[in-house]
Amino acid sequence: MSPFLTLKNGGSCSMSALPQCGMDEFRSASLQAVNQEQCRVSAFFALGNNCPQNTQKGECTKEVEKSLLVEILLDPQQKCLRVLSTEVCEKYPSLTAEAPAFHWFERELFEETGILPEGHPWLKPIRFADKNREPGVTDYFTMEGEAVHEVAVGPVHAGVIEPGHFRFQCMGEDVFSLEIELGYQHRGIEKMLVGGPDVRTTHILETAAGDTSVAAMLNYCGILEALCQIEVPARGVALRRIALELERIANHIGDLGALAGDVAFLPTSSFCGRIRGDFLNMTARLCGNRFGRGLVVPGGVRYELDKAGAEELLKKVQVGEKELQEALSLMFDEPTVLDRFENTGVVSTETARQIGLVGVAGRASGLAVDCRGDLSENGFVPAVEQGGDVLSRALVRRRELEASLAEVKGLLESLRGGESRSTAVLPTALPNDTLCVHLTEAWRGEICHVAITDGQGRFRRVKIVDPSFHNWFGLAMALRNQQISDFPICNKSFNLSYCGHDL
Amino acid sequence: MENSLLVWLVGLLVALVGAPLLPGIINKVKAFFAGRRGPSVFQLYYDIFRLCHKASVYSKTTTWVFRLASVVVCATTICAMLLLPFAGCASPLFFTGDLILFLYLMGTGRFFTVLAALDTGSSFEGMGASRECQFAVLAEGALLAAFGALILLTKHLSLYGILNQMDMRFWSLDGTALLLVAAGFFVVILTECCRVPIDDPDTHLELTMIHEAMILDNSGVDLALIHYAASLKMWCLLLMEILLVCPRIPGSPWFALVGEVLCVLVGAVFVGVVESVIARFRFVKVPQIISAAMGASLLAIVLLSLFQK
Repeated sequence: MSPFLTLKNGGSCSMSALPQCGMDEFRSASLQAVNQEQCRVSAFFALGNNCPQNTQKGECTKEVEKSLLVEILLDPQQKCLRVLSTEVCEKYPSLTAEAPAFHWFERELFEETGILPEGHPWLKPIRFADKNREPGVTDYFTMEGEAVHEVAVGPVHAGVIEPGHFRFQCMGEDVFSLEIELGYQHRGIEKMLVGGPDVRTTHILETAAGDTSVAAMLNYCGILEALCQIEVPARGVALRRIALELERIANHIGDLGALAGDVAFLPTSSFCGRIRGDFLNMTARLCGNRFGRGLVVPGGVRYELDKAGAEELLKKVQVGEKELQEALSLMFDEPTVLDRFENTGVVSTETARQIGLVGVAGRASGLAVDCRGDLSENGFVPAVEQGGDVLSRALVRRRELEASLAEVKGLLESLRGGESRSTAVLPTALPNDTLCVHLTEAWRGEICHVAITDGQGRFRRVKIVDPSFHNWFGLAMALRNQQISDFPICNKSFNLSYCGHDL
Repeated sequence: MENSLLVWLVGLLVALVGAPLLPGIINKVKAFFAGRRGPSVFQLYYDIFRLCHKASVYSKTTTWVFRLASVVVCATTICAMLLLPFAGCASPLFFTGDLILFLYLMGTGRFFTVLAALDTGSSFEGMGASRECQFAVLAEGALLAAFGALILLTKHLSLYGILNQMDMRFWSLDGTALLLVAAGFFVVILTECCRVPIDDPDTHLELTMIHEAMILDNSGVDLALIHYAASLKMWCLLLMEILLVCPRIPGSPWFALVGEVLCVLVGAVFVGVVESVIARFRFVKVPQIISAAMGASLLAIVLLSLFQK
């Protein structure tokens, strides 16, 4: 008998119905699910001691604060989410050594709550500097030896990109190890969301990772709609899908162009830069903002798209698609480009599965991870490539571009009339003491939002897990035994979010 | 004789003034292929002008070596240029064996660039220096092999001799060998001038840079000198390639000078085209490419020693 509670995507359960078990059972059930039943860790976090369960008898004898460890796993075989919790005091035996997918989750847990995962192989903060030391000072993985040299890159980079610190241990041009140090973009988003939803919530979530605004809002609205039982009209759903796919298209085009730029293949680089702008402008045609901000609202979409507008968009998509195909075939038909991409930054399927890669990076390593198909029986076929190298990540993007373009065209052609926003009014307070989970497959990978409400129907906790959170370690693995000069294209091929990770 | 010295001086002057045009032309061609308008062909002049009006900033870890390097680079490049013939007129300084001096004047410039890069103590610059040395060793060999083949072909031992005797007669007799030398020499140009596919002068990614990584700490007039020296070097090498592949134009040396300068500019366009249509090679491939260039010239030597009448 499985101890897990199963939820569908966007499902909710009362906190009193949240299954709770002892640490031993929690550990064995989690490890079995992750290592044997192909479950993915979607969220793993601790909840402070003021939850109702804390009145139950735990194993703690000392007068210490107890926390509730909540784990949400995605089960692609059962097409559902699994929820389980356990009580911890100040420490518990770490899961990372046996299931590396927990690695960053446990480090995050440790830095946020001080709960010690005993036996964690590399326990150091992932976002904040060590409190007992000067800012920016921390331990790094180092290697000894005369020929070994260390290269530190960032946090301030050449070019207009986000800050992050990369440390390479190299021998000549070969990289032994890369350590990635993030946290420079930390804004305290999860704390700001407590007490919501309020007028700021939308803005905060849209800019948690600014390039993934639509997907983040789909998650947030999915949670509000599930909690308040609001049905989104079919037209609203279709317009949301169009916005989500336009976001995916624009970002994938930008990534492929950036890859071309990094190997100094200028034509595709410039064309993709321009075509990406065209697709961003299509999103602006929908809602007046190039990143789709303000479009998705609880109950549907805020802006109407009239018939002329839909036809105009369809025409623009068709033109953009044609230009894109030309720009991409230039690059994918060029042997010198393929030579750079092939066998560069390989993450094997086994490694990818163990560390829990998601999204484009996961699919490029042969994992069929895509919550568009993993959470409902809709026959969705994810674009999977086996190589695990830069080329595979580029090819996954190219195939997803084709699929997304076809989908946007189909949606625009079959756009029916009717309401695009539900007339239901959001209640002032959400249901009390309820946990709700929603996942959306954003362009980078799956975003998971977990909301837990308090006794007054306000957010007690909102947990955001950006796909970058799962994947940054994948980039570190991809660099092992690679040339240090290939780091930029490996980095671009993952194109992870710093602010989405740092929150 | 008076006249030929005048032509040579004018040729030198044109080179000294016109060299910064070359990167401008290459960038214009690249912009054209990328569907952009691109910066003006005079961009490097503006950059040099701007840099000359800025003060240089020196890191506290650097010594006099760092300050000296940019001057040495510029000076050695100009000295090397003084040995070249322009428009068929020999340099007044030419002597038998001056090609070795030419080679090592360039080498001295590189030596100081590398020293200055190491002087900064930056890991990027150290990496750039290491790459530069690795590729330069091979490129020097390739250049020597090309000179060797030309010496065998022309039986001359000076730059003027090997470059200025090239005419259709040699191409019709030993075309294969000359073609190999010209191809090898072109790879040397791409390497020495830090062009795609060897290096990417436009990148902002320190980890992938070679030459750019070594000059990350330079600023102001120093940087202007380095940029100017790089463009002079490109002019020298393109001119040598042009003298190799273009038949001499009979008639007035002034006419020849105009033709020669135009050919150098066309050579820059060709470099731009090459850069636009291929991606940059992986680092592990670069030594293979340069070795292949050396191999081509060595093959030319073999062909010449076996089959030359």
